[in-house]
Amino acid sequence: MADAPQIPDEAEVRARWGAFAWTKENAEKAKAVIARYPAGRQRSAVMPLLDLAQRQVGAETQTQGWLPVPVIEYVAAELDMPFIRAYEVATFYTMYNLVPVGRYHVQVCGTTPCLLRGSDDVMAACKNRGMVKGKTTPDGLFTLTEVECMGTCTNAPMVQINDDNYEDLDFDSMARILDDLAAGKSPKAGTQNPKRHTSEPEGGPTTLKDMVKANHDYRKEW
Amino acid sequence: MPKVTVDGVELDVPQGATVLQACELAGKEIPRFCYHERLSIAGNCRMCLVEVSPGPPKPQASCALPTAEGQVIKTDSPMVKKAREGVMEFLLINHPLDCPICDQGGECDLQDQSVAYGRGATRYDENKRAVTEKYMGPIVKTVMTRCIQCTRCVRFAEEVAGVEDIGAIYRGENMQITSYLERAVASELSGNVVDLCPVGALTSKPYAFEARPWELAKTLGIDMMDAVGTNVRIDARGRQVLRVLPRVNDDVNEEWASDKTRHHVDGLTRRRLDRPYVRKDGQLVEASWAEAFDAIKVAKAGKSVAAIAGDLVDCETMFAAKALVNALGSDLLEGRQTGLDYDVSSLSAVNFNTGIAAAENADVILLVGTNLRWEAPLINTRIRKAVWKKGAKVFAIGPEKDQTYKVSWLGDDASLVGKLPAAALDALKGAERPLIILGGGGLAVPGVHGAAIALAKSVNAVKDGWNGFSVVHMAASRMGGLMLGYAQPGGIKDVVAAKPKLAFFLGADEVDFTGFAKTLKVYVGHHGDKGAHAADVILPAAAWTEKDFTTVNTEGRVQRSEKAVFAPGDAREDWSIFRALADALGVNVGFDSFDQCRAAMIAAVPALGQEGLADYGWSAPKLPAKPEARAIPSPIKDFYLTNAICRASPTMQRCSEELVHGVDFAEAAE
Ligand code: SF4
Ligand code: FES
Ligand code: FES
Repeated sequence: MADAPQIPDEAEVRARWGAFAWTKENAEKAKAVIARYPAGRQRSAVMPLLDLAQRQVGAETQTQGWLPVPVIEYVAAELDMPFIRAYEVATFYTMYNLVPVGRYHVQVCGTTPCLLRGSDDVMAACKNRGMVKGKTTPDGLFTLTEVECMGTCTNAPMVQINDDNYEDLDFDSMARILDDLAAGKSPKAGTQNPKRHTSEPEGGPTTLKDMVKANHDYRKEW
Repeated sequence: MPKVTVDGVELDVPQGATVLQACELAGKEIPRFCYHERLSIAGNCRMCLVEVSPGPPKPQASCALPTAEGQVIKTDSPMVKKAREGVMEFLLINHPLDCPICDQGGECDLQDQSVAYGRGATRYDENKRAVTEKYMGPIVKTVMTRCIQCTRCVRFAEEVAGVEDIGAIYRGENMQITSYLERAVASELSGNVVDLCPVGALTSKPYAFEARPWELAKTLGIDMMDAVGTNVRIDARGRQVLRVLPRVNDDVNEEWASDKTRHHVDGLTRRRLDRPYVRKDGQLVEASWAEAFDAIKVAKAGKSVAAIAGDLVDCETMFAAKALVNALGSDLLEGRQTGLDYDVSSLSAVNFNTGIAAAENADVILLVGTNLRWEAPLINTRIRKAVWKKGAKVFAIGPEKDQTYKVSWLGDDASLVGKLPAAALDALKGAERPLIILGGGGLAVPGVHGAAIALAKSVNAVKDGWNGFSVVHMAASRMGGLMLGYAQPGGIKDVVAAKPKLAFFLGADEVDFTGFAKTLKVYVGHHGDKGAHAADVILPAAAWTEKDFTTVNTEGRVQRSEKAVFAPGDAREDWSIFRALADALGVNVGFDSFDQCRAAMIAAVPALGQEGLADYGWSAPKLPAKPEARAIPSPIKDFYLTNAICRASPTMQRCSEELVHGVDFAEAAE
């Protein structure tokens, strides 16, 4: 509980973000999102809109973005819902950042499959660059968070950085990705194992081999 | 009507009843934390588990399970016992066992149910989680580590109070109940979450560490803070009232009470008039009863007397004063102390005819000059229910104030009552059960009363089985006073014009005393407030907790309240003051005891002898119905400081500063 984020609601935050409003494109997007739901049920749009707002804050601050309280209130007001209801949503989901983060939000998975496949090395590569869990580096580039399973266990260990997953990592590949990001390049997302494209087994299929060429009916063979 | 079997007993239950309700009908106690009859079903505490077949072979949460034909329910099987023990053990994992320093001790659901259904010992020896306190305002004290996340408080704030300020943030193990950004909950009903909270997470701040429930003497009373007539229980220790809690009365307050009802009580021991005073050379000085009576006698007022009743007085007091004034040969009685002079030739035209409970069935509602949320918070919850649950539409004329539900404000011009905009008029006309609520602000503008009655007729608001014309009063004494004849045709102006030599002010503090400069002003009341400052003679009387009395609420419901404690010092019950004064003035009021006084009152006004709704019939007088084109005033400036007791109460002062005037106390409270 003690390490639950302390939500900043100071005068500075209000002063900086009190006048938050959609950019032109985002206003369009917000309208499109709200239109997906039946009239009177506009509240259902709260999650996509919070995400959109977080992205806009990110674009304005050159970071992954976060949700200052006035921005949450802006979204709630737009959807005609009480502030606390939007606030509940924002605090429930870990994908909404309640405190400012860096340019890249490095979320290292530390759950069992990733742990067994070497997430400690991935973590070490991050620490090697001066990152500290739960903190942003002084240059404002990286924020490190350890998270639970992201559902990419077949390609463990993995990290999620902003909108991309980087998979099948080890110390070196992680270090390289971080270097590339720091240099302003965009490293290839997805698996870092040259022998894989996505989550297929390395070196070709090991089961259901007949399916490779055609839609094979296995039922006769049972 | 499904037929179910509960522990081997077959019974019919109403369609749509839950398994929990079926068990209750069968007389079985089902432990619970989150379920509450008046809130929506959450089903998140799991304490109400029972065994149900047919169904999955596991315990079922009975509060959220509808009954079905042929169900066999077991509440006493080994599976149920084990399930309850398990849930209890889980709930206690993170619950601090700090009962010795917890104010809920002795009236705690968790305590009681763990004794009744728990295992007796825990197997958990890890660290417990701790949660920081959350500031919720001047009424609610929080110890959030004790919270079991039943979400009753969240549901109450959303559903009943209509103030969505409380919520659950974070999730899982980290879930916390909080007010939005830990700000004060801006509701005049916030105290109810203290009663709802099944544990000691939310307790009463003003009452913190005052007493244990078993030390308190409990008396059944009727609240006098507004004209709703909230049924309450007065909890006193020794000579002091420590708290007031609502009692269940589905016709009046359900089981809620406003914060004013609950927390004005610390005003009962402050600024009290506990001995008579007489003004000598412009100064009020202490006196004995005899001296005070002498001061009244020497005025030699003869027939030239009047009595003016304040908002907090009861029927017996008004009757005793009336008996004295009549015995002296006068009939100058008035209860509308602020100067209202609406027509009272038919009490049905100034009564909340619809009935408080029935108001929630209205489908189109027009509020005329009323800030209902402040004038009658517990009628407002009914309107909110009508809007929230049944989709009623509300229009309003008067100064715009948030009512916790959607209102179409038509403007604050009184003349609108005579020529309603088409949208509102059509809605009322098309409604099955239209309701027009006229409040104090509306009554204050000449012509509005008549126009509202005419409107009720034209939209057919009064018909078989439905009377949609209702007046909401703010003074607890109002309907009783009107029944006892406390009304002059021209209101208090008539009393001033009659230039009485002697006037009794029965706890009347809101009077404009400048009109009584030449009058000997006798203040009979309990608090040293405006009325006492203006008085020439002060006769100390009993406050509402210190006497038996009868009162009539705004819907004409006659209710009785009992005496919880004695009045302080030399103060006496009001009826006895007038009885003694009659002797001093050499007249006869016709009663020697409280019982005789009440009997005489009932003989004079039989309706006061019968608890329950008085029948005023329905006859609407023809009144001038051309309201002037001027803004309707709002009679209540500050909800928390409407009468002398509240103004003496530190809690109410604090509420006023913080919730009405926006002074920030949150920091200082840490
Ligand atoms: S504070 Fe009390 S009422 Fe609110 S969720 Fe916690 S235990 Fe329930
Ligand atoms: S355990 Fe790391 S993605 Fe599932
Ligand atoms: S009372 Fe049924 S789950 Fe709480």
